[in-house]
Amino acid sequence: MSQDLFQAPDYYQLDDLLTDEHKLVRDAAREWVKREISPIIEDYAQKAEFPNQIIKGLAEIGAFGPYIPEEYGGAGLDQISYGLIMQEIERGDSGIRSTASVQSSLVMYPIWKYGNEDQRQKYLPKLASGELMGCFGLTEPDYGSNPSGMVTNFKDKGDYYLLNGAKMWISNAPFADIAIVWAKDESGRIHGLIVERGMEGFTTPETHNKWSLRASATGELIFDNVKVPKENLLPKKSGLGAPLGCLDSARYGIAWGAIGAAMDCYDTALRYSKERLQFGKPIGAFQLQQKKLAEMITEITKAQLLAWRLGVLRNEDKATSAQISMAKRNNVDMALTIARDARQMLGGMGITGEYSIMRHMMNLESVVTYEGTHDIHLLITGLDVTGLNAFK
Amino acid sequence: MKILVCISHVPDTTSKINFTDENSKFDTNGVQFVINPYDEFVLTRAMWFKEKQGASVTVVNVGNATNEPTLRKALAIGADEAIRVNADATDGYFVAKQLAEVVKNGDFDLILAGRESIDYNGGMVPGMLAGILDFNFVNACIGLEVDGNTATVIREIDGGKETLNTNLPLVIGGQKGIVEEKDLRIPNMRGIMMARKKPLSVVEPVSFDATTQSIKFEKPEAKGAVKLIDANNVGELINLLHNEAKVI
Repeated sequence: MSQDLFQAPDYYQLDDLLTDEHKLVRDAAREWVKREISPIIEDYAQKAEFPNQIIKGLAEIGAFGPYIPEEYGGAGLDQISYGLIMQEIERGDSGIRSTASVQSSLVMYPIWKYGNEDQRQKYLPKLASGELMGCFGLTEPDYGSNPSGMVTNFKDKGDYYLLNGAKMWISNAPFADIAIVWAKDESGRIHGLIVERGMEGFTTPETHNKWSLRASATGELIFDNVKVPKENLLPKKSGLGAPLGCLDSARYGIAWGAIGAAMDCYDTALRYSKERLQFGKPIGAFQLQQKKLAEMITEITKAQLLAWRLGVLRNEDKATSAQISMAKRNNVDMALTIARDARQMLGGMGITGEYSIMRHMMNLESVVTYEGTHDIHLLITGLDVTGLNAFK
Repeated sequence: MKILVCISHVPDTTSKINFTDENSKFDTNGVQFVINPYDEFVLTRAMWFKEKQGASVTVVNVGNATNEPTLRKALAIGADEAIRVNADATDGYFVAKQLAEVVKNGDFDLILAGRESIDYNGGMVPGMLAGILDFNFVNACIGLEVDGNTATVIREIDGGKETLNTNLPLVIGGQKGIVEEKDLRIPNMRGIMMARKKPLSVVEPVSFDATTQSIKFEKPEAKGAVKLIDANNVGELINLLHNEAKVI
């Protein structure tokens, strides 16, 4: 891959909306991505392998639970810092950001919010340092957009819970040490269980041949009469609202992350358009290319404002799930459109691993699908503004 | 060992350079600032002394409050405390005078500075500082070891290197080589959190009138288009050089 010459666009001087600490956190993540991710990511994506060696570095830059309080090993940062870290990591690769999102929002967040003190002390510091890695099991082969229909279930056997079922499309599954698994009890109520690798009957086969998020490990979670200790149930919240609360946090991070992918595509296309000569002048001097670049920077700027405002609302604990849906949907779609336009601008070079664009474009096909599909988020907004449910 | 690292707050190398006030002032609008890269090399060496040999590391900057994020980053990298001399850094001698006061008040043994800062590239401050303090001084330093009161210093000279011994107190003007680029540190989350609690004190400048004043800045002329002349057409080349470029 070519040298990483990335320069972040900030067309509306949005840096002025950030604190000095936000910028310090963001710039540290940016430097780390340039040094540790950019040189290796294309190779790992090509060979469809997760670069395990970066886990320690991800932990050091605060990618694992930055908003978790310091007493549990987190950094105690605000939501905007979390967003900025996600943005910078996804600027490198959506797959690496996915690993960080899962660890932060789908594993650490439910243990912090729904777990008891023993569970917090036992797991959170090790998850923050990367000593333990986690995954999150909600989606099932037959229940994606409709998670409440899940069939994974557990029965109270007195000393333990007996867990049966299967989860699919689970980021980090192949190497995760623990899984936060959502399953129904005998009354049909959804609860979260902490399942540990090594429990008998628990396996995590890897999903192969993906064309997207190739540098991220994806797999299944299979539970065949797994005996889960009773103390591994998350006691403080149950029902579908519990996993959806985690998804709010993850979707918020994705709304920022997608900006990172878009910025990288835009920056690459802008630089290329000034260097690539056709008909005796840089292609950036042609109107059709300028139209693409002008629309890209406009959309990035709007997405940055949306994410920043949502971050402020989250800091004030005022952001609604519907507001988060809007930002996730808008920003990921924005990034995917920019990736496609940027790829066109690079012509044949755009399909090679010399540039990051096509990798981002393929990654974003997953990002636009997971954590609530593009269409489902539209229905969430539709429901929010009309009060009428169009899901079923 | 008490180390003082002098830190300049400079525009990132990718910044667009413009001027305001009839070209007499640098336009900071929209410009990202960073630790002067030469200073970052010596700061990293200071961290090495702190961790391997035991030393306290103070960072200092002469500038206004907008420079504090740069000091905070140095604290996040591992410096123990920061001092900001609350004055605009108008010229090299003014800065050296202010730094000399900080050195005298802090009783430092080793003063590390980049050999120049990448904004105005004066390259004067380390030498002037050593002169004011009457300390030993080595510039263009690419290697530094300290054993007790003795320092072994390698400096770059034309076409080679010179190794010399000298004593503390010592001022070093350092550059790449004192550590390598791969050794430069990215602040980690633990460091950023600890930096919140480290002292950053603001001291008022000693009274001193700057001896120089910037009147005007000019940017280099944009490069013109290149004309390629066929190797067999020397007559045309001479014609253009003589009549158009007017250089022969």
